[in-house]
Amino acid sequence: MADLAVPQPAEIEARRTRRGPRIERDRTGAWIVLALLVFITLFPFYWALRTALSTQRDLLSDPTNLLPVGFTWASFKAALGMISAEASVAAGGSGRVFHFWRYLGNTFLVSTLVAVGQTWFSAMAAYAFARLHFPLRNQIFTIFLASLMVPGIVLVIPNFVLIHDLGWINTYQGIIAPGFLMSPFSIFFLRQFFLGINRDMEEAAKIDGAGYFEIFWRIILPMAQGPVLMLGIITFITQWNDYLWPFLVGRAENVRVLTVALSVFRSQTPNGSPDWPGLMAGTLLASVPIMVIFIFMGRRLSESIQFTGVK
Amino acid sequence: MSTQAVAVTPRAARVRPDWMRGWRRRETLVAWLFILPSLIGFTVFYLVPAIRGLYISFTDWDLLSTPTFVGADNYRNLLQDGDFRHSLWVTLYYVLLNIPLQTMLGLIIAVVFDRFVHGSGWRSLLLLPWLMPNVIVALLFLWLLDPGLGIFNVFLDAIGLPKQSFFGSVGQAMPTIAGVNIWRFVGYTALLILAGMQRIPKDVYEAGAIDGASETRMFFNITLPLLKPVLTFVLVTSVVGSFQIFDTIAVTTKGGPVDATRVINWFIYQQAFERFKFGYATAASLILFVILVIVSLVQMRLLNANESDLA
Repeated sequence: MADLAVPQPAEIEARRTRRGPRIERDRTGAWIVLALLVFITLFPFYWALRTALSTQRDLLSDPTNLLPVGFTWASFKAALGMISAEASVAAGGSGRVFHFWRYLGNTFLVSTLVAVGQTWFSAMAAYAFARLHFPLRNQIFTIFLASLMVPGIVLVIPNFVLIHDLGWINTYQGIIAPGFLMSPFSIFFLRQFFLGINRDMEEAAKIDGAGYFEIFWRIILPMAQGPVLMLGIITFITQWNDYLWPFLVGRAENVRVLTVALSVFRSQTPNGSPDWPGLMAGTLLASVPIMVIFIFMGRRLSESIQFTGVK
Repeated sequence: MSTQAVAVTPRAARVRPDWMRGWRRRETLVAWLFILPSLIGFTVFYLVPAIRGLYISFTDWDLLSTPTFVGADNYRNLLQDGDFRHSLWVTLYYVLLNIPLQTMLGLIIAVVFDRFVHGSGWRSLLLLPWLMPNVIVALLFLWLLDPGLGIFNVFLDAIGLPKQSFFGSVGQAMPTIAGVNIWRFVGYTALLILAGMQRIPKDVYEAGAIDGASETRMFFNITLPLLKPVLTFVLVTSVVGSFQIFDTIAVTTKGGPVDATRVINWFIYQQAFERFKFGYATAASLILFVILVIVSLVQMRLLNANESDLA
């Protein structure tokens, strides 16, 4: 690439002599910041793991050891339902039942349905807002956008009343309904991407007689594959992490999701000496799916999230 | 065929706004079909609840009996309610503990990444805490900061400092919660700021370096002014989010000790779902809405006012 701003050799030389030592010093500072960041980010997870693999009794006597004390898989096994409550108590656990697999299944079901529904219907709307001309288009879009300003709690109470009136308390549909058909953020996010897609292919397809749905399905969606997938994952994670709404409408055991289950588990344990290994085992297990997404998608997710900031 | 080709050109469409023509009606119909699911979702779970919420706020209602219309009584009582006013101050205190530090740390991390750390693998690490559910983050820190056995206190003890009760102390609970949320959000903030920084052309820095400007000077004279739009976005969204803190408090302090962390959302939650004063709670949520609109407008005004000076 021919770049006119490239400094001339003499200038580069001058810069090197002038800035050499300073860059080195700055760099050391930068590495210290980075090392601290890695430590502060990862230590809580490590400590949870170390605790979950320890025995409650030994935690009391040896709180400083960096490695698990009285190493045991008992807490994980208890959380996964692999040993009986009695065996868990014998190993120092609280013996409270934490039906991990059921909560995991519930969370997966709810999060997947919301992610798929919301992404699909929001993509359809985003296409209409980005490409089609219809009366009231801008007015409707502005109202959608304005609703981003409304704090969640304002809508939570009337929505709770609605779900209550429908008799949907403690049902999957009660948890899923508000997010299933749209979210203003999703529509806004996808519209921004769709607007950036080159129109040439659509024009050509139109001349070839393609309908609007065909254009949406065969051109827009494939060309915006990455962003659509990322939005689906962000929606999935948001739903996975949601607490207040499922806590209000889905506290019953049979529909309980992981976040609600963990907070219930925590409030059930005696205040004096909670079953920390058990609680940490449950906490870590509940974060495994998010960790998996992070490991495989972290890089692309961070790029998508950066996109929301600069648009 | 030729008429169709003209029709699909948006510019041609704009010159002739008579959308009642045949092809135009079809596009309108298709567009409405595309936005129909979102429109239903928006109407049922955003628009109608917002209007219903406004109505509920003028009533005295316990969810089960018939609502009694009480005019503006709820609002009048709220403004005289010491607990409500206290919750506003507590929330403001939290925002002030949370936002300045979080934004400054986010800026520092973003600078370090922008100038010294290359490769997006490191960058995705910033996202990890943000991806975790609030409930899980709260539980991790509840354990790390446990008054008796938490590693923080064990460490303080080891270096000869007195143990602290963190979540359990009236004075420390709010700063502790702010700290936990800074841990969760600082990387996300940094990512957004970083996205803005990376849009600043590199040759601006080259020029600065040639002139012998230090990193610090370049930060204040180049980076910061050019970052204003992104910083505005980050500040407005994070302040709005910060005012709505709930999950962390629900898992850790439940508004306590005494009422030290009874933030506005916790106040609203208690009024609605513990005391069944739905009218009162909804009125409080609408006051929060008004506060957030004012705060956002003031922020945007302040940040834009400076923009013209720098242009």
